[in-house]
Amino acid sequence: MLRPDRRALLAGLGAVLAAPRLARAATVRDGAGREVPIPGKVERIFPAGPPAAIQIYTLAPDLLLGWPRANRPEEREFLLPGVGDRPEIGRITGRGNSANLEAVLQLKPDLIIDSGSTGRTYVELAERVQSQTGIPYALLDGRFAQIPASYRILGQLTGRSERAETLARWCEETMATISGRIAAIPTEQRPSVYYARGPRGLETGLGGSINVETLSFLGARNVAAEQPGSGLAQVSLEQVLSWNPDVIVTIDLAFAESVRSDPNWAGVRAVREGRVHLSPKLPFGWVDFPPSVNRMIGLWWLAKLLYPAQFPEEIRPLARNFHILFYQVTPSEAQLDRVLAGRG
Amino acid sequence: MASPSLRGNLIALGLLGLAVIAAFALGRFPVSPGDILRSIWSWLTGTPSGLSQQIETVIWNIRGPRVLAAILCGAALAVAGAAFQGLFRNPLVSPDILGASSGAALGAVIGIYFSLGLLAIQLAAFAGGLVAVAAVYAVGSTIRRGDPVLVLVLTGVVVGSLLGAGIGLIKYWADPYNQLPAITFWLLGSLAGTARPDLVPLLGPVLIGTGVLLALRWRMNVMSLPEEEARALGLATGPLRIAIVAAATLVTAASVAAAGIIGWVGLVVPHLARFLVGPDFGRLLPTAAILGGGYLLAIDTLARTAAPVETPLGILTAVVGTPFFIWLLASARGGWS
Repeated sequence: MLRPDRRALLAGLGAVLAAPRLARAATVRDGAGREVPIPGKVERIFPAGPPAAIQIYTLAPDLLLGWPRANRPEEREFLLPGVGDRPEIGRITGRGNSANLEAVLQLKPDLIIDSGSTGRTYVELAERVQSQTGIPYALLDGRFAQIPASYRILGQLTGRSERAETLARWCEETMATISGRIAAIPTEQRPSVYYARGPRGLETGLGGSINVETLSFLGARNVAAEQPGSGLAQVSLEQVLSWNPDVIVTIDLAFAESVRSDPNWAGVRAVREGRVHLSPKLPFGWVDFPPSVNRMIGLWWLAKLLYPAQFPEEIRPLARNFHILFYQVTPSEAQLDRVLAGRG
Repeated sequence: MASPSLRGNLIALGLLGLAVIAAFALGRFPVSPGDILRSIWSWLTGTPSGLSQQIETVIWNIRGPRVLAAILCGAALAVAGAAFQGLFRNPLVSPDILGASSGAALGAVIGIYFSLGLLAIQLAAFAGGLVAVAAVYAVGSTIRRGDPVLVLVLTGVVVGSLLGAGIGLIKYWADPYNQLPAITFWLLGSLAGTARPDLVPLLGPVLIGTGVLLALRWRMNVMSLPEEEARALGLATGPLRIAIVAAATLVTAASVAAAGIIGWVGLVVPHLARFLVGPDFGRLLPTAAILGGGYLLAIDTLARTAAPVETPLGILTAVVGTPFFIWLLASARGGWS
């Protein structure tokens, strides 16, 4: 069938014709400072990447069209039935553009949301896609400090300002509580932390990397922070031995399991003192990826590990409440065990 | 009066020795030369060295295996490069000409994509390299038109670009937060994670392949003559070609599996060796092996000491190799052969 789908064509045409009208409608300033028209009705939102999908899910799961990557079964059980299993629809931003704009139009979104970097590349991509498709395209800043503002922008765009305010307040209060307690801890009493990725544990996040934003927010002394750069890098085990970190945080199960018995790592203080911690990652990672609101509970988890005296709260009820409020699913005790064990 | 080949080999061995000393003396974890000597002495005599466990670990489990791996990989790539350059009678040939590197890379990338274990990834890379070259050879030998060597090279180039597309596809599918950085690091080449267990799958193939090539080195002189002349001299060119390709592929695949993609060594070092001892394969191959080992060891020492984070080997070999190669071209006496 080579004949174009008439409905899709008309929808696309309609969207293009509607664009000038939208531009006159009310607007909201997005995370990059762009004026984005507020659509008349929002029933279907296309997330441009995983961080956006998670943030939209937490605010308005019913509006989420699908996921950039399909969720695995062990992730789905922590998400609302009928939403967590929505289909894979590809992504617009990120390192590979796997969504075809025609396929995006076919899904008839009322709004496209991207969360993460608000740099020039992404601003221009948003402008281009918005003018090509006629669908309002808003950028949200994914960094911790901007997450409450991002919720409020998303709330205005979707007409869900009330819930957006609740979530934004929760994030603000959490961050204020945690930063307040940490501010009172002198720098020299803060542990040095090595962030280990990869099965050998020899990939780490440099100072400006979004991967270690959780660490830097908590005022931890990231041993690799003095290295210029904002991405991941490889290091040698010799270098880790000479850094001799107090704490190792990892997202890699294979590394976490092998490091405790590996004689080559036995000399590292964190290993000797049993301070190697595997980050929970269900349904989404707690400390690293995707860099979205899923890391909010990771702030509590990591703060407790780094500064046990200042953070006496139990992590289990905090995690349960976080799941109930943000993911709107109450996890069972067995499920919480699995989350906290870092598997999945 | 020392022969030029003896002098050349002495220079090569001297450079390798310097590289080994530098590699053991330098590193991100401070270990003094005295500690190293004391540790080696205690190993030789069986007496306790009195050094801390950490220093022993650095010398024997971290720096030592890495030094050995760098020498093995460098020697393997240089020998394979020299063999292929002779076989294809072309100075621009490097060990990946028949797809060994791209095949190994695709194998490793698939391994990373399916989150296999470290050893499984290494084996997938090794197998990928062997399968790719076997496929190239099989396809190339079914085409019975024209110069068989030229057909083989062209098949290798074409299959190599197909494998490159396969790597691109997996990168496109890979999880951008976790797998893509791992794939990128792997493709840039590194010995950062080398531990003792990694040496076993490297040592065997490299020793076997290099041994075969060294044993065949006198006959390879005849192989670098045009096909008809070689046959006229009574050489069974077909089986010999298979043996050379198999041995060179074995060592290339093993080194790529251990260290990732490291370009330039297999291209530049044979030229340097030729510069020292001349084009005769009998003398060229041992010199290329020694120089290759020393060269990659020096590069790897730079890669792990220049900054707290590792510099990828593939980048360093290119940055060091390019100006060096140009200098060599400009100052080479006589032709390459």
